[in-house]
Parts: sequence; C-alpha cells; structure tokens
Amino acid sequence: MHPVIKLVVQRLALGLLLMLAVSALIFFGVEALPGDAAQAMLGQSATPEALANLREKMGLNEPMLWRYGHWLFGFMTGDMGVALTNGESIAKAVGGRLGNTLFLAFWAALISVPLAITLGLVAARYNGRWPDRLISGITLATISLPEFVAGYLVLYILAVKLHWFPAMSMVFPGMGVFERLSAIILPVIVLVMVVLAHMMRMTRAAILNVMQSAYIETAELKGLSPLTVIWRHAFPNAIAPVVNVVMLNLAYLVVGVVVVEVVFVYPGMGQYLVDHVTKRDLPVVQACGMIFAAVYIGLNIFADVVSILANPRLRHPK
Amino acid sequence: MRRIPISALIGLILTGGFFFVAIFAQLIAPYRMDELVGGVWDPISATHWLGTDSIGRDLLTRMIYGAQVTIFVATCATILSFVTGSVLGFIAATAGGWVDQALSRLVDLVMAIPTLILSLVILTALDVTMINLILVMGFLDSTRVFRLSRAVAVDITVMDYVEAARLRGEKQGWIIFSEVLPNALSPLVAELGLRFIFAVLFISTLSFLGLGVQPPLADWGGLVKENSAGLVYGIPAALAPAIAIAALAISVNLVADWVLSRTTSLKGGRGA
Repeated sequence: MHPVIKLVVQRLALGLLLMLAVSALIFFGVEALPGDAAQAMLGQSATPEALANLREKMGLNEPMLWRYGHWLFGFMTGDMGVALTNGESIAKAVGGRLGNTLFLAFWAALISVPLAITLGLVAARYNGRWPDRLISGITLATISLPEFVAGYLVLYILAVKLHWFPAMSMVFPGMGVFERLSAIILPVIVLVMVVLAHMMRMTRAAILNVMQSAYIETAELKGLSPLTVIWRHAFPNAIAPVVNVVMLNLAYLVVGVVVVEVVFVYPGMGQYLVDHVTKRDLPVVQACGMIFAAVYIGLNIFADVVSILANPRLRHPK
Repeated sequence: MRRIPISALIGLILTGGFFFVAIFAQLIAPYRMDELVGGVWDPISATHWLGTDSIGRDLLTRMIYGAQVTIFVATCATILSFVTGSVLGFIAATAGGWVDQALSRLVDLVMAIPTLILSLVILTALDVTMINLILVMGFLDSTRVFRLSRAVAVDITVMDYVEAARLRGEKQGWIIFSEVLPNALSPLVAELGLRFIFAVLFISTLSFLGLGVQPPLADWGGLVKENSAGLVYGIPAALAPAIAIAALAISVNLVADWVLSRTTSLKGGRGA
C-alpha cells in the first residue's frame, strides 16, 4: 500500500478509537461521581422512594456496561434518548440547533482564516517594524479577552451606542439567508476577534521559521520581491504548521461558540447545552458533550491528514 | 537585579494592585458586600464611584469582593493543577515504562475533549460549590502542566547527574525532588503565569454561564452576568467587571512574557 494512504488510514483509525474512549469518559466519568441523574434531578432533599421510582423509570438499575452500550448504539443510530426535563427527543432538538451553530461557525471561519493568513504574511514581511508591532500589540489584547467580555464590548459599542446592528441574534425557521446573515453579524465579529490573533501569530511564526532556510536566501539574492519570496517560496513550506493552527482554532471556535451564543441569545447548540447544565439534564448534556467532542476531534484529525498530505517527503517516498 | 522592561513593570504593579485589593477587600470596600445602598443602576456619583448594580448594591464594593473571589479561586486552582500536574509529570518521566504510558494516554484522552465542554458535563453531575469548582478546574488544567513538566523532565532524566544518582541507589522521590525539580523550575515558573490567566478566564466564563460561583457571592464573571441585562438599555455597569477581567489577564500576561523571555534560553521553553 502507498505509505501516505497507510498513514492516513492509521490516523483515521486512531481517531475512531479516541472517539470511543471519549464516549466512555463522558459516560463513565459522570457515573463515577457521587449521585446520579435521578439524584441530580430531584435534588438532595428527595425521599428515597421518589429516587427509587425515578431510577426505575430511567433504567438506572440496569448494569452500567449494558446502559453504556445502549447509549452508544443509540447515539450512532441517531437516537439520543429523551431530555429529562421535558421528555422531548434530544435528536430532534439538536437537529435544528446544530445547523444554526454550524452556520455561525462557518461564517466566522470564512472571514477569519483568510484574514489571519494575510495579516500573518504582512507581519512576517514587516518583521520587527511598526505593522508587526501593531499586530502583536492587538494580539496580546485580544488573547486576554474572554469571549463574553469581547462579546459585551462589541455589543455595547456597535449595537447600543452606535445602533449599527441589532443587539440580539434572533433567527427562526423560514428566515431568508440575508436576514439570517444580518442577524449574526455581531457574534461573527466576536468569534473572528477571538480566533484571529492566535492564528495570525502562529502563521507569522511559521513563515519566519521557514524564512531562515538557505533557499529563501537564494531567492532573495535572485532579486525577487519580498512578497514573491514569501508567497512562492516560504508559504508552501509553512503550510503544514499553518493548517494545524487553523484547524486548532476552528476547533477552538466550536467552544467559543458556546459562550458567544449565550451572550447574543442565539438559538444554537451552545445555548442548549448551557441551559440543560443549569437544569441538570444529564442525557442532554452528555449528548451535546459528545457532539462537541466529535467535531473537535474530527477537525484535529483533518489537520493531521492535511499535514501528512502536505509533506512532499511522504508523498514521494524513496 | 537587571533592568526590568517598562511593560513588565506596568504588569507587576497592576498585578500587585489586584492582589492587594483581593487580600484586603474587607478593609478597602466602602460598603458591605450585600448592602442595598441606592436605586437600580444609579449612575456614577461621589458616593458610588462606579454607580450601583442591578438591585442597588454599590458596584465598586461588589467589584472589590469580586476580585477576592476571582483571585482566590484562580489561585487555588492554579496551585492544585501545578502540584498534581508536575508531580505526575515527573513521576511519568522518571519511572518510564507502563506508568508513563498509562498517565500520558489518560492525559491525551482528557485533552481530546475541550476543557469547557468536559467541565460542563462534570458540573451537571456535581453540586456547584466553590470547592468542587476549584477541584474540577485544577484537575482538568493539570493535564497541560503534566505535558510540560513531563517534556522538561524527560530531557533532564537522561543527564549524567541523574544517572549518577540512580547508580548511587537513590530513591525515586529523591531523584524527583533533588535532581529533576530544581532544574525544571524555570520553565514551570514561566508557565505558572499562563495557567493563572487561564484559570481567571475559565472561572469568569463559568460564572458568566451561571455555573460558577453562586450568588450572593460573585466573582467578576458573575458580576458581568448580573448586570448584563442593563447593557441593552445603555447602562454600562456590566463593562466594569468585564474590563477588570481583561486588565488582570493582560497585566499577568505582561509579567509572564517577561519571565518567559528570560527563561526560554534554558531547557524546556514554552512547550506546545
């Protein structure tokens, strides 16, 4: 078998194994803690009879491994069980919200990735001079802002003081694409702010690292313009680390979405998750946790596969 | 002492100021923490320097007590994550073999899930008390300290002096604390600042989501949450704690950057 295919398949298999382990951690980790779903629902003051009844109803008296298998199988076939609080199907509630969340994350990624790479290239080109210093300064400031602080600052300035955008990001079924887009402008700005700095900084570092190679010096001595050197000679060799950082930040976006959705009251997965943590609705939280973890791990595997494919030493084995 | 760069000096002074306020909150605060002293969201005045909050408590007082809660929780979580992470990391590096494999794979597994998501899952099943928050934050974050300290210690354990100690027949505890620890200290100290910032941001985020410190106590994240409803009506009360979080994070960052730039030439560096 071609070594690249072998490596990719290996990586994918490892990813699947990791997913399995993560599902076990999310399931058994919660089991190992004191109290269970019934206890969490009824609170500390529940009578033993009420607890026993609820445990029976929820199937908590079955053996642990059996319940895990049942849960995992259901998860893979799209049946995530029902929410404790209102008895509704989790899969149905997640369906629409996952779409909303991915819509938000997609636009944030579409804007932040090209912007970060361009700014990173600019910073590398003017290494040590004022554009670079300006970019580093802003980077430090945005890295230190938690998502909700950035969110409220943006909300207060752009929506409340300047009245440019609506303060809440209401979306509902049947809305046109453009209406939807105008509703999510503010959360997208915040998400871009949150991930931009790190991506930019790492792109800059990756390019500067490559710039020290001998062939870059040759290209410079040939008399090529600095931007051509960076774009044609340095960037292709910096692709693997850059893709890695981009994917890492997209994965981070998945988490940032949770907080940003709460700030802007956006009906997505994050809001759903946080609501049900407050209500101590364990099945919903476990299902959401699994979905977030799956997306996160998926993006990481994707990054690994791309960096395998981007490495010419692996593509053309001796 | 060599000259301290101006940015690090600003960071040191601000960080020191924040810790001072946190430690002496009871003496500095002009009112009691839960004392109703005015109307809802009174504007800034001579008696209430930052105005009042969503139910008429003095915002400056709330902020001062908030500093105490935020810094206390973050400090405890950082200490816990450092002690657990570095001890386990050193054990993994010096013991090697299956101990190392088991610990490293476990850490890989925990780090495969975003920290916020995993902590939300755990906090659904646990009661949200301050102790539990510190434990959850500390143990989840110790995975990062583990990676760094293991990486640093692996480099140190192959040194001749460790080999010599082993041949002398020293115990593992002695090797960890007398041979590895002193040489691994500087990269770990640099990491300390970054972990502290992470803890501050993390507890603020949890409290903002309503899953952190519970009322009537409030940390800065909780204060943002309490006052966020006013923002839409143009009342900026929620921005004061928000800015405080950012200011603390930036000032610790400035100090950490300076420590880091002094120690990166040593073994270990910043890690991933």
